[in-house]
Amino acid sequence: MSVVVLCAALPGLDPLTGGEVLVAQNVAFAVIGLTMVAAALRMVTTTNVVHAALYLVIVLAGAAGLFILLGAEFVAVTQVLVYIGAIVVLFLFGIMLTRGSYGTDEDVGRERHLMAALVGVLVLGVTAGSLVDTFRDAELARSAPSTAAQIGDSIFGQYIVPFEAISVLLLAALIGAVVVARSD
Amino acid sequence: MNTVVTAVELAYWQQTAIRSVAALVAVLIPAGTLVYLYLFKMMSFMQSRLGPMEAGPYGSLQLLAEVGKFLQKEDLIPRAADRVVFKAAPFVVLVSTFLLVLVLPAGPDLWFINVDTGVFLALAVSSISVIGILMAGWGSASKYSLLGGLRAAGQLVAYELPLVLAVIGVVIQAGTLNMQEIVLAQANGEIFGWGAIGNPFVITQFLGFAIFLVAVQAELTQPPFDMPVAESEIVAGYLTEYSGMRFLLFFIAEFATAGIFAALAATLFLGGWYVPGLDPASDLFNLIGPLVLLTKIVLVSFLIFWFRFTYPRFREDQLQQLAWKVLIPLALANIVVTGVLKVVF
Repeated sequence: MSVVVLCAALPGLDPLTGGEVLVAQNVAFAVIGLTMVAAALRMVTTTNVVHAALYLVIVLAGAAGLFILLGAEFVAVTQVLVYIGAIVVLFLFGIMLTRGSYGTDEDVGRERHLMAALVGVLVLGVTAGSLVDTFRDAELARSAPSTAAQIGDSIFGQYIVPFEAISVLLLAALIGAVVVARSD
Repeated sequence: MNTVVTAVELAYWQQTAIRSVAALVAVLIPAGTLVYLYLFKMMSFMQSRLGPMEAGPYGSLQLLAEVGKFLQKEDLIPRAADRVVFKAAPFVVLVSTFLLVLVLPAGPDLWFINVDTGVFLALAVSSISVIGILMAGWGSASKYSLLGGLRAAGQLVAYELPLVLAVIGVVIQAGTLNMQEIVLAQANGEIFGWGAIGNPFVITQFLGFAIFLVAVQAELTQPPFDMPVAESEIVAGYLTEYSGMRFLLFFIAEFATAGIFAALAATLFLGGWYVPGLDPASDLFNLIGPLVLLTKIVLVSFLIFWFRFTYPRFREDQLQQLAWKVLIPLALANIVVTGVLKVVF
């Protein structure tokens, strides 16, 4: 559902106007947000691992939709390409290769739910607290949607050193994985 | 906006309604054209037979007959199948197809969405279909389906990389991701100072074009890359348990995606809706643009289907080796050379 909303929101991507209440954006936010919350709840309560991965797709697509509402089109597309197109596919691939049972998985129990809920609430508290503490009642500047060219310029200009460092780190992780996986 | 278009002022919802209908047409017309022209006729001629001849002149209404046949069939669902996942799978694949068609421009003012990330969006949404195929493979609760789904996922993930990398050369040359501007870059460009036909990137990016077509062939799971539906090994792969309407949806999605990928190749490498000799800003292109694009789709998909009917199937290890050891290194080399030339000239 969220994917449909995602693309319905694309053509209406006007530069954010100052001051006025953005009705369409708020409605879209509510729809996407509620869908994401419902899918996220189902994801952690379902007893089938494949279903959990499929609910995760809805949550990630919703996140992409939210990025579009914020005018961050490039980030939204990257979200779809990387998370839905690669990471969830990898999850599903792994699950189906190894188990992929139908109906209820026996070892997906609820005994660890309490601890997990506790950690979740803790993370939410820390994130929300630090966000509120950082911005207080500061009003964020409403800027025009960012373009791919701007993002490219800042990655290969201002942030070139961290970008290259992360590239080398990922390459090292990749080579490490190959070395661990190969026995000879 | 041009004069003809400004004569008619449409509200946003009216434009959106028109675009929705146009998207349906843009998905179905190329798909129908390709199935009749190539799957029914060209394949038959290559095998020294006539193909469908009964329904309509030269069998041209055979498509309608086929659709009617599929609609009458019972929608079977295996008893052990995961019903929701099984039923939703063809629609997920179809969503990917419909999102893909949105980025294609067919004239200076004829576009569905004219976004900054254009071709990047197309490559991202094309990867959603993998999820639908995995859902079909797993949801059918059949060993053949599961094997087919896994083969499809492995293949699609492997060939998405050369597909993306092949496009980067075009993006470097055009200096933009926007489809409309890529068309204009080809219309107004020149090859080392010679600009009589603009700069269709198929000339300067021929390697990219070749890699793109091979990767498209694999993304469509067409022969010689049809391991996921290999009928001599795993019946029909992830399609095994599907019948009637849902099989038809998969079938439409496959050929519509073939048409859309051909349109992407035509837009990225052959100048899209533009033909040399005319002013790219002229209103004429709003009329002839779609026809020009359809002609180029038919040309590019001729190549796709020619390969399809000619080559035997790859083995799984050959398939992966081709992607990782040949196509990806070539595509990376192409990016480096294009980047250097872009900076030097």
